[in-house]
Amino acid sequence: MATTTPTRGAHGSRPSRRAPKPMTSGRQAWRSRLWRFDDKVSPYAYIAPFFLVFGAFGLYPLLYTGWIALHRVEMTGLDQMEWVGWENFSTILQDSEFWTAVTNTFFIGVISTVPQLMIALGLAHLLNYKLRASTFWRTVILTPYATSVASAALVFALVFRADGGLLNWVLGFFGAGETNWVNGHWTSNIAIAVIVIWRWTGYNTLIYLAAMQAVPSDLYEAASLDGASRWQQFRNVTIPALRPTILFTIVISTIGSMQLFGEPLLLEGGANGAQGGTENQYETLSIYLYNYGWNLGHLGPAAAVAWAMLVLLLLIAAINWLIGRFMRKNAA
Amino acid sequence: MRITRTVAGRSRRAAVLVTTGLTASALLLTGCSDSDSSDDTGSDANGQITLTVADFGQFGYKEAGLFAKYHELHPNITVKENATADEKVYYPKFLQQLNTGSGLADVQGIEVGRVKELVDTKADAFADLSKVIDTDQWVSWKALQATTNEGKVIGAGTDIGPMSLCYRRDLFEQAGLPTDRAEVAQKVAGGWEDYLKLGEEYNKKAPKGTFFMDSASAMYNGVVSSNEEQYYSKDGKAIYKESAGVKKGWDLATEAVDKKLTQGLAQFTPPWQAALRKGSIATMACPAWMAAQISTYSGDAFKGKWDIARTPGTTAANWGGSFLSVPAKGKHVKEAGELVKWLTAPEQQAAVFKAAGLFPSNKGAYDLADVKSAKLEYFNNAPIGEIYADEATSIPAAVLGPKDGIIKDSISTQINNMEQRGTDPGKAWDAATKAIDKVIG
Repeated sequence: MATTTPTRGAHGSRPSRRAPKPMTSGRQAWRSRLWRFDDKVSPYAYIAPFFLVFGAFGLYPLLYTGWIALHRVEMTGLDQMEWVGWENFSTILQDSEFWTAVTNTFFIGVISTVPQLMIALGLAHLLNYKLRASTFWRTVILTPYATSVASAALVFALVFRADGGLLNWVLGFFGAGETNWVNGHWTSNIAIAVIVIWRWTGYNTLIYLAAMQAVPSDLYEAASLDGASRWQQFRNVTIPALRPTILFTIVISTIGSMQLFGEPLLLEGGANGAQGGTENQYETLSIYLYNYGWNLGHLGPAAAVAWAMLVLLLLIAAINWLIGRFMRKNAA
Repeated sequence: MRITRTVAGRSRRAAVLVTTGLTASALLLTGCSDSDSSDDTGSDANGQITLTVADFGQFGYKEAGLFAKYHELHPNITVKENATADEKVYYPKFLQQLNTGSGLADVQGIEVGRVKELVDTKADAFADLSKVIDTDQWVSWKALQATTNEGKVIGAGTDIGPMSLCYRRDLFEQAGLPTDRAEVAQKVAGGWEDYLKLGEEYNKKAPKGTFFMDSASAMYNGVVSSNEEQYYSKDGKAIYKESAGVKKGWDLATEAVDKKLTQGLAQFTPPWQAALRKGSIATMACPAWMAAQISTYSGDAFKGKWDIARTPGTTAANWGGSFLSVPAKGKHVKEAGELVKWLTAPEQQAAVFKAAGLFPSNKGAYDLADVKSAKLEYFNNAPIGEIYADEATSIPAAVLGPKDGIIKDSISTQINNMEQRGTDPGKAWDAATKAIDKVIG
């Protein structure tokens, strides 16, 4: 596009240069107007598909959810909407279960994101060395990402099962195989974090690896000439060069952990999974939303939860942005 | 990357090729699936029709071989069953399918705890079965439960759940308790309080690794279901906080937990099924349909070791029971209606009773020899026809409410919390009322 625009612009301006000519044919004027129209409008036509699809499947549901959040709507009577204003929001904010879900979401978010990114950074560093069959290792690292949430969660459900689960069996050799993982608050949250870490570490590793390979090798050469050890090179060359990438992965994993749904739903499964455990011990915000809307059948509060989640995400994004700015300033 | 840079041009071309190829095949694939789905009416050129039946738990049709028999009677119709183990999982999905109108089976099961809600709010989504089936066949309260104020019938009664007590003969013997079903019934003749006393006796000599009951929530449901007024009053108000039945059930459940009489398993979940398979449960509050659950999950290893005695106490009780409905938007509403009519007719209900122990709701079945003399081989040939027949006719017509199912589930969940986590009864009750008020509100 960028290259064609000037030519067309030049074309369009031609008639004005010929302005002194006494006879301007109507046909030519029409063509020039067409050119100008094409020049101004067609770029919008090219980007329109994205915005149309976004409008239909992104913006419209978002706004309509907001509309529902201000109404009383039941799963059993979707056509009857009764205006209630902000009542749904005050209902969920006063519900202690909502705050349990917020705490769980953040807790699981932290204990999954932090180790996950650290492991990814380490793995990326290792993969950056000259390795035999490096493509093979990189592919293997990415395979967990390619499995579906459902199958990953179901396999881990077997690992964490209280009765005859793999993990308890292994722990049994050390005399500690009696843990009912899904029942405890800590243990269930850890179990979910493990699934998340397992699935997403490879993805982040590859992103880091790509960024590492973009680091100019003369920087490392200079560092090693100065006598920097491998570890010092990693700390003082790699990490600073990766800073924007790290920020990007943090944002992506934060969004991911806010939306955490499949793993807690399927870890225990059934009706218990759909309410985040019998005491909501591993209920995340998405599960809370799902339970409110689909099990209890109240869509108004469920929609309000969706909007609360959006607000929380925007807050986190703002904090991220502030930290990023602070870090850039410090670096400068 | 550093190496590949020299051949970047070639690899880019290759990438373009690959992408084009993928896009093309994706288009082809979607093209294919489009043409497939347009033909998805469940019938083909020869007039062959496939009817789907979606249900939960055990409806007993497979055990009784009824779908195969229906195919014999109507060679052009094949019936496929899609069963969900836990009704709590089944119902939200069903409701969603009713709303969107897609994904529904031709025949859908409805549990008694949900039927009132559907009658009140979703009657339009169902075909009126009163036009196909004579509703006078059913015990009167059963038919009324699925009838709207305008007289439309959205569900045909399948089974009802007269209460009994299932117990393991072998475990009772090891614990020094009587094994004969008349003697066991005698022991609990005073009601559920006696049942708990029996549990204490059991615990004194309980075989290692076994528990007197699966969950106090089962007993709770047994207690509540003998009351006419349970969670709602006749004028439709939720009165579960004052309900005498609920209070008694809750107190007894608390006592059972306190005395360590239960294994603390949420019913119908995989751990519960596993416990049945391993044989760690000695007794279970046993509405007629529970027998099918027990025999399915306990398996051949415990055949003949289970037995069935009369319900504790003298009050008749009904826990559960289901309906078959025909969604109005289905592709084969007429054929589905015929299938439901046939499945709920006396002979078929009797066959299900004989095969799986689900007690008929169709009065016509009560006089059939199959019902009167029915014995369950799995349960040491317990004469279930005899055990349930008297009770079935004296069951109180329980007042139903729209959220019965979910109220029952919320309370059961909290009872499970008391047994599994030692939650304080007061706190558990608070949590239950909070959850229930959220549902009703």
